[in-house]
This record gives sequence, structure tokens and C-alpha cells, in this order.
Amino acid sequence: MTRPERQDPLPAAAHRHELLRQMLLIRRFEEKCVELYSAGEIRGFVHLYIGEEAVAVGVNQALTADDNIVSTYREHGHALVRGIPMEAVMAEMYGKASGCSRGRGGSMHLFDTGRRFYGGNAIVGGGLPLATGLALADKMRGGQRVTACFFGDGAVAEGEFHECMNLAALWDLPVLFCCENNRYAMGTALEREHAQADLALRAESYGMTAWPVDGMDVLAVEQAARRAAEAVRAGGRPHFLELRTYRFRAHSMYDPDRYRDKAEVEAWRGRDPLDSLARRMREAGELSDDELASDGEKLAAQIEESIAAARAAPEEPVEDLTKFVYSPEPS
Amino acid sequence: MSTQAAQNGREARRARTTGSASSAGQASQAGPVKISYREAMRAAIREALQRDDRVFLMGEDVGRYGGCFAVSLGLLEEFGPERIRDTPLSESAFVGAGIGAAMGGMRPIVEIMTVNFSLLALDQIMNNAATLLHMSGGQCSVPLVIRMATGAGRQVAAQHSHSLEGWYTHIPGIKVLAPATLEDARGMLWTALQDPDPVLIFEHGSLYNMQGTLAPDAGAVDISAAAIRRPGGDLTLLTYGGTLGKALAAAGELAADGIDAEVIDLRTLRPLDDATIMASVRRTHRAVIVDEGWRSGSLSAEVSARITEQAFYDLDAPVERVCSAEVPVPYARHLEEAALPQAGGIAAAARRAVG
Repeated sequence: MTRPERQDPLPAAAHRHELLRQMLLIRRFEEKCVELYSAGEIRGFVHLYIGEEAVAVGVNQALTADDNIVSTYREHGHALVRGIPMEAVMAEMYGKASGCSRGRGGSMHLFDTGRRFYGGNAIVGGGLPLATGLALADKMRGGQRVTACFFGDGAVAEGEFHECMNLAALWDLPVLFCCENNRYAMGTALEREHAQADLALRAESYGMTAWPVDGMDVLAVEQAARRAAEAVRAGGRPHFLELRTYRFRAHSMYDPDRYRDKAEVEAWRGRDPLDSLARRMREAGELSDDELASDGEKLAAQIEESIAAARAAPEEPVEDLTKFVYSPEPS
Repeated sequence: MSTQAAQNGREARRARTTGSASSAGQASQAGPVKISYREAMRAAIREALQRDDRVFLMGEDVGRYGGCFAVSLGLLEEFGPERIRDTPLSESAFVGAGIGAAMGGMRPIVEIMTVNFSLLALDQIMNNAATLLHMSGGQCSVPLVIRMATGAGRQVAAQHSHSLEGWYTHIPGIKVLAPATLEDARGMLWTALQDPDPVLIFEHGSLYNMQGTLAPDAGAVDISAAAIRRPGGDLTLLTYGGTLGKALAAAGELAADGIDAEVIDLRTLRPLDDATIMASVRRTHRAVIVDEGWRSGSLSAEVSARITEQAFYDLDAPVERVCSAEVPVPYARHLEEAALPQAGGIAAAARRAVG
């Protein structure tokens, strides 16, 4: 199998602008989801990624279209930067037939196997064995793929995490483990759930190269992810990034957020990954206020179009309720 | 036994017409081959590995040890460690890795030592294997086969002896098989591997040493239908897996008393073959279900409910059930025997049904 070449990197300033645009895409999409949820247009659990955008955008820079992604229930960002059309994601939020999971999955279960996006997994830690297996298949078939597996700090307390760290390291599987450490397992703070809160150290104990990364700095994430992904690709060994980040919003739309100090949230908001990149670019003369405003307007229009399309999209017929429980009989 | 032979013949023909019959390993012999259940299963795994390079076997001690029930003995030497993979004691990880590898284009056979241990992988089986196709709107097919030993009878007490396959039959999205004969031990695996969805195969631990003969061209069998293992007109004994032999023994006892029992081997526990079950009950008007699982919330309860729903007015007597006592399976031989369905108890239930 030949390895698909990444496109030539954009000139630095244009590249940074693209990263900013992608983070803004996630931010605006999710802010709109909050409105739609409040208006009762979308339902279920909706877990917002706001504050963590640098992680998905930065890691995605290190992946080719041929690589695999396994994600969590907090996955809108991963799905959008992977290139799943916004219309398909939005339609899934509406439970429509044109949704990327045909209305069966909702916010927590976005899938696009054509883009090698193997879903949001809503059992904490449950995606790690799948990623390990996808990587095993690639290794056995002689491929050069990296499987990027996203999970949170909460997953590190699960048995499946430790089983998979061991198995991936033992079998030299090409997995890039991306731990999105946002410091809270739902409402339980990192220090209250882990005897050893240095998560990279935990991974390292399995004989895996692991290091912490500032997950609020998209350029730092990109650099670390490129280094790790290249090492996975070259050596076929798993690597682990602990991406230290923070979610600005509550765990889900149901969460009253009683367990966090407001001052803590405000302090992290001061490190907003979008603001800090935009500020750096402005200071370097790479971005004008007009350009930023124009990006926002374009995105707003795109989001409105996706909402209009989702509202107008057909629902799956109830007669198809049990479709996809088993594969269709071969004809 | 003519019906059984006819059934086997039908299966073989069906398998041949779908191009999945094979005679791997024994083609040169003309007559019936003497074989054990364990060897039949091994022959099935070997054939799958030979025919499809996407197939591999993984599980605890399947390689160097040769499998905890010696099913895979010798396969490591024949196929190498890439395709006969010893795993750490990490049921959730290696079952989940099987799901991922299946999505990634492989055809894994995952062996779990016993059904009790499968509970450590229940998250992956229930929340991933069974749901991914549906949850993804039809995108994620999981062509995975999971084999495991089930059942009691070997004095290994309450953490190695249970029959939990009935739990798995509760789950939409998976198929559940219980090979009770040499033909099925030899033939179900290949058919399961052709299935695009996850299939669980439950091998009763007491069957591995069962000896018999197989046709030299024995190969893939159909997995969509129950089989009549003994035709009869007075009542229907419905069973599967490790209790098939006991039901047939009970039918022998009953025959001595002039009661002609039909014995149906369910074979595929999900989806159940309602048509074969109801056709028999409509002929005999009496049904006794034999299930090594516990009675409460069991597969026997499901079969009984279906008979009530679909053939109530054909019944001449209440449906009887012979199940395991509602106790964790005990160690002492006499207690274990008392806890499990036995031929005598099955015959007694049959006599009650006949009146």
C-alpha cells in the first residue's frame, strides 16, 4: 500500500489562518447547537467541545485521509475537522435521514466510515479496544495507517484503558492515543479520580512514548501530533499524547456545573485557544479584524444553511425502524 | 434417525450450493472419519485459516498452550503467531480489538475461555459489536466470530460452569449458535465467518471429548434452522448444546414406556427458528423445554412464551421446563448433578406432559 501524501503545507501565515478558521467552525457550530437545544429543536445528550478546539484541529493536521479516527461522545469537533460535511452532522443532530448516521446515532454517535471516522463512542474507554483492533488490522494487512484514538482523562481510570495500553504496546500497534485531559470526569476533578494525576506517566509505564502537551495552543498540539504520528508511522509503535485542555461549558446540556470554581473557569477562559491564536496573528500582522469578521460571517451563513437543510430533510420512515440491526441478506 | 440424516443432507446441499462446503483435511479418505468434537472444531478453524487469509484466531492461551480445551492445539505451529495470537488476560481489550479488526477488514475468531469470563467483555459485545451497525446507520459492519465454552458438568464450581448464552440471546444485533453435534462443530464456524454481523458460538464444555464419525466431506452447515434429531409423535423435547444428549437419552427411556418423543435441537438460539418449533408442537401438542440455564428470565422462558403466543390452541398440556436449579453451580459431584437437568428429570417432565 502506498502512503497518501499530505498536501504541501500552506505558507505559515495562511496555515495559521486555516487552523483558526477550523477552530472557529467548531466554536460557532456548537454555539448554535446550544441555541437549537434551548429551543427544543435538537435533543438527547449534547456534549460541547468549546474550549478544547485546539486539540481536534491540531491533531487532525498530523493525519492523512487514509488514517483512522475513533472518537468519544464529545466529538462534534473531531467530526467537523475530519471533513464530515456540516450538513450531515447537523442533520444527525436533528435525527434526520440525511444525518451522517441516518438519525440512529445523534450527537454522541457520528459516523463516516468513508472518511475512516469510526464514531463517537459513548461508553468511557469503550473506543480504545476498537482503535486497538483497527490498528491490528492495519498492521496485519501491511498498511501504513495511524489510528488516532481520542478519549478523556476519565477513561484513564477505566480497566479498558489499561488493557489497551498494554495490548497496543505489547503488539507494537500503530495507535496514536490522544488523551484529552480536560481535568474533569463529568463532575469529578482529576485529583479526585486519580491517585497519580500525571497521565502521561501512567501511559509511559506501559513502555510507550508519552508526553504532555499544552492543549490550549493549537500550534503546540499540531507540532506534538506531527511528531507523534510520524513516530507511529515510522516505527509502528503506539504513542500517547496527554493534551491538557479545559471545557468552558458544562459537561452536557443537563449539567448545572456546580462542581467547578467560577474563578477556575474564568482563568482557563483567559487561555481561549481561538483568542490566543487570533491575538498572535493580529500582533504579527497576519490577520485583520475585517478578515476575522468575514470568517465569522461565512461560517454563520454556512451554519444557517445546514440548519435549513436539516429542518427540510426527510425523516427515516418508521417502517425502517429495525433496519441495520443485522446486515441485509445478500441478494 | 432418518430425519436427522435428511436434515444433515439438506444442510450439506445448501452449503454446497452457496459454495461454502469443504472437505479440507480429509479429502483423501473415502469413508466416515472418526473424530471428536474438539477435533471437529479444530478442523473448522484450520479450514477457515487455510481458505481466508483475513481469518485469525486470538484469545488467552490459544497458541503455545494449545487452547485451554486443546481446541487449537498445533495451530500455532501450522499458522504462526501472527494468526494464532496469544492475548493477555484482557477480555475487554481483545474482544474489542476483534471488533475493531473486523471493521478494519479482517475476519477474527476470538476465543474466550468460558462464558463466565465473557462478562469481562460484555461492554464490548453489547455496547459495540451489537450496536455499531445500527448506531452508524448501516456503515459499520462487524464480521466477528466469538467462540466460548459454556456449561457445567466438570465439577469446576460457580465461576466456570454457568450457561449464560440465554443472556446473549436477549441482544439484537448478534447471532447466537450452539453446536451440539460433530456436524455442527465442524460446520457452523465457516458459515458464521461468512456472516457480515457478529456471531457468538457456545461450545458446551462436556462435549469436547464426544467421539463419533463425520462424513469425509463434512463442511459448512446452514445456521438458520433448528434440527429434528429424533422424530416422534407424542411430545416435543426442545433443547440445545450440552443437554441434547440428555434429551435423547430421556427419549430412549420414554420409548421403552411407549412414549414417542420428538427431540429438536434449536442449534441457533438467536434468531430462533419458530417455524420448526411450532410445526413440531402442532403435531405433538405437548412441549418440554430443556435448558441448562436457570429458569428465571431464561431462553427456556422465551421459547415457552413463543409457543404460548403462536401455538396455544394446539397444546394439550401446559408447557413444561427442565432447567438448572436456581443456585450457583456447586462443586461436589452429587450437588452439581442435582443442580443440572438430567435425563430422569426430563423423562419425568415428559410423562407429566403426556398425562
